[in-house]
Amino acid sequence: MTTHVLGDTGVLTGRSLRHILRSPDTIITTAVTPVALMLLFVYVLGGAITTGSDASYVNYMLPGILLITIASGVAYTAYRLFLDMQGGIFERFQSMPIARSSVLWAHVLTSLVANLVSVAIVIGVALIMGFRSGASVGAWLAVAGILILFTLALTWLAVIAGLSAKTVDGASAFSYPLIFLPFISSAFAPTASMPGPVAWFAENQPVTSIVNTIRALLTQEPVGGDIWIALAWLIGILVVAYAFAIATYRRKIS
Amino acid sequence: MTINQAFDPGIRVRGIEKSFKDVHVLRGVDFDVETGSIFALLGSNGAGKTTLVRILSTLLKADAGTATVHGFDVGAKPGDVRESISLTGQFTAVDEVLTGRENLVLVAKLRHLKNPGVIADDLLARFSLTEAGNRKASTYSGGMRRRLDIAMSLIGNPPVIFLDEPTTGLDPQARIEVWQTIKQLAGQGTTILLTTQYLDEAEQLADRIAILHKGTIIQNGTLAELKQLLPPAKVEYVEKQPSLEDVFLALVGDSGETDTADDDRTVAARKEPR
Repeated sequence: MTTHVLGDTGVLTGRSLRHILRSPDTIITTAVTPVALMLLFVYVLGGAITTGSDASYVNYMLPGILLITIASGVAYTAYRLFLDMQGGIFERFQSMPIARSSVLWAHVLTSLVANLVSVAIVIGVALIMGFRSGASVGAWLAVAGILILFTLALTWLAVIAGLSAKTVDGASAFSYPLIFLPFISSAFAPTASMPGPVAWFAENQPVTSIVNTIRALLTQEPVGGDIWIALAWLIGILVVAYAFAIATYRRKIS
Repeated sequence: MTINQAFDPGIRVRGIEKSFKDVHVLRGVDFDVETGSIFALLGSNGAGKTTLVRILSTLLKADAGTATVHGFDVGAKPGDVRESISLTGQFTAVDEVLTGRENLVLVAKLRHLKNPGVIADDLLARFSLTEAGNRKASTYSGGMRRRLDIAMSLIGNPPVIFLDEPTTGLDPQARIEVWQTIKQLAGQGTTILLTTQYLDEAEQLADRIAILHKGTIIQNGTLAELKQLLPPAKVEYVEKQPSLEDVFLALVGDSGETDTADDDRTVAARKEPR
């Protein structure tokens, strides 16, 4: 049966991708909020924020905006997983001779595809707004790698939320704090401008190291130690979230 | 299916128990279902019918007792059991976003069958869904949705089929359609375990009927055997009144709003007065 894991995951991923194609509003909604935030910050608030660099503000805040995009996008994964369990289709899959992990992996891969599309839309708008980067292909690949890790880590959190939620609202509510985290980080203003305890929190929470790493990669500056802190956070969250998600799933299906 | 038919009956249940927290839902259930027969599990709401079906279809683990399906132990060989069964749950398990045809293709692919498109088209034709095949399942009526649901369950010709309250919530025509499908299946040698709270459904379909009450089987036998439990019927003359169902079916006839092109639908003759 395990030989079918890849094939089954492929078939089921095709199914949930088709769901997204039939309701592309989920991708557009995911992209609209970050784009609106970007417009607000660049054209309204940005002029008043001193970033300590000469680069345009859109260059400064894009990394944080991309993380917000993903944090709001994974809510749809929790939502879709919840709906599958509400309907009988989840039980149908469980009673069929298919690899059981395929059901979750299909949702995770779909989340990855959908979020990368949303991220591409946001980057497209940023380019129109004047975002420029001379980063090498290697640096862009590193950025893509970090964003993929970020999406996977948050998606497995979304799987836990989707599996354990009692209501549709509950399934997506988990993403609100995640969307809020970038605001208390170096994403929009340097942490040095914040009062003591807030600055301490901002400097020691995962988003700051991730934002700093992406920003350094895009502006061709040395990434320093931030990339290792960022990777440690990302992999740490991914492993813990994955373990909890699988444990929750086991409890659910046995 | 390459699984060789074991000597065991289609389904064997011995001493199955299951509790949810303090509630003792199943208190030692025993019965056999002969291969190729229709077995109806009768019980009121909350009697434990769905719990039992979930255990037999490997969705739930029993606290005690054993059960084999198509010769495979549900606890020890859940993978083999899943190869041998299909479950049509109480709530239709179709993907509403996909079309009827896509739903069938999806299940055929997940059962690793060749030519999923051909299988899907065959089943659409067999269940009078060809015209609706390329419409989203969310646009289907309740009866069409149930037919699609059952069609999805037949893919790969599983030797054992569980139908959990297959006609709950259906209109009378759709019910009769589902009944005909079930009879056809049993005619082809499929073992069918059916749960229902409608007594006439069990009467219409089942070779054997078991009554599940408060977590145990309190009676198990053929319809004739169960009828003998009561004192012999005395002959009374009562004017035969048509039931409302007879009137409804006579008025609506074959041109009901369900879109079937049924040619051989026979309205079940109802003799007993209401």
